[in-house]
Amino acid sequence: MRIQADRDICIGAGNCVLAAEDVFDQDDDAVVLVLQEYPGPDQESEVRNAVAQCPSGALSLVED
Amino acid sequence: MSTTTIPRHMQRDRFAPVPETQAARDEDDFPTIRTAIGTAARLVTRYADVREVLGDAERFSNEGLPRRPTPEDGVDPRAGNLLATDPPEHTRLRRLLTGEFTVKRIRCLEPRITEIVDDHLDAMAAPGPPADLVGAFALPVPSLVICELLGVPYADREEFQGRATRQIDLSLPLEERGRVAAESRAYMGELVDRAWSAPGDDMLGMLIREHGDDLSRSELIGIASLLLIAGHETTANMLGLGTLALLRAPDQLALVRDEPGAVAPAIEELLRYLSVVHSGIPRLARHDTTVGGRPVRAGELLVLSLPAANRDPVTTDHPDVLDVTRAIAPHVAFGHGVHHCLGAPLARAEMAVAFPALLRRFPGLAPGIPFDEVEFRSATVVHGLRALPVTW
Repeated sequence: MRIQADRDICIGAGNCVLAAEDVFDQDDDAVVLVLQEYPGPDQESEVRNAVAQCPSGALSLVED
Repeated sequence: MSTTTIPRHMQRDRFAPVPETQAARDEDDFPTIRTAIGTAARLVTRYADVREVLGDAERFSNEGLPRRPTPEDGVDPRAGNLLATDPPEHTRLRRLLTGEFTVKRIRCLEPRITEIVDDHLDAMAAPGPPADLVGAFALPVPSLVICELLGVPYADREEFQGRATRQIDLSLPLEERGRVAAESRAYMGELVDRAWSAPGDDMLGMLIREHGDDLSRSELIGIASLLLIAGHETTANMLGLGTLALLRAPDQLALVRDEPGAVAPAIEELLRYLSVVHSGIPRLARHDTTVGGRPVRAGELLVLSLPAANRDPVTTDHPDVLDVTRAIAPHVAFGHGVHHCLGAPLARAEMAVAFPALLRRFPGLAPGIPFDEVEFRSATVVHGLRALPVTW
């Protein structure tokens, strides 16, 4: 599973950081940063949560 | 004011939307209702439909409400109001602010939020019970937080809180609300002018230092006014209603008080269950389209019921029950799409500090009046309580 983030669409709500702090961060302008492009199996549920909670549609998952 | 004159999407049965609004999720068509200013609109209640509309700023515009002429003071009341602006204008304004609301920046405010919460709990405890939880805690805590963040003198709070409450109180005549809005703009105009000559370390100072050339005076006034109202009316009502909801569920209250790990999921559940913002700004369909497969015509206004969407059974089991132990259910309490609440991380941080601190300080906290006598306040843009008498 790979995380794709479209930084042009991101609105900086921060929901992903709150849902999966080890996987997502924000730059100084609040735009999403992906810390782990390939999250581990133990992180899968929180990553799916983060993607579902993204208000702008900037996050998506590419399944293996 | 009787409930019959309150627009349908704002009518509540205590915490919940009224049964007719809940039932609309199962109807074939979007019911036609009247907005607060009397315009006809279609009511959208299903979770997926609400997300579809909020998530598509190209098909649905936030600029659908009739424009009023620029008032005598020359300050365009729409300028800087992110809620009444579409992209690309909205994108430009929002980008100036997002950096102030990152999860990291908000974490840095937590020690100060804790101090503010503790000070208010001390002040509430000192004279002994009873107290009004809304006046002593729920309203002043977020109010002081947003004042410090923005750079608004807290000494002025009674005036601007009074104005904020009147501005969103739909039981008042339109002319009076217009007059109050003009007073608010004049007040904020003075603060903007003062910050312009000596920008401080607060958000108003930052906006002027870093983006002063890109923003008009009207825009600065609009942004600051929006943040001031949005920053305290919302969280304040979550704290008041949330405390009342927890007092009615003592096992859940004990979890929030005693288990640090239970706090974050409990806040998401309270956001979902209470959905204090009835609907946000109505959306205007730009052209003929469909929502959830049902036709919507160009020029129609759509009112999105956030509480009805958040109680849609597709989101979770038993959605009408408060359960802080459930797996976090998706919700649109902060909206969705490009207008998703900018201050969401701040609101969550304030609640995460305030609820456990309140419940630990007063382990015997109890309602001071029977539940039937608690006065809810739904004729305003944000659902809430007029007061919550408590003892301990």
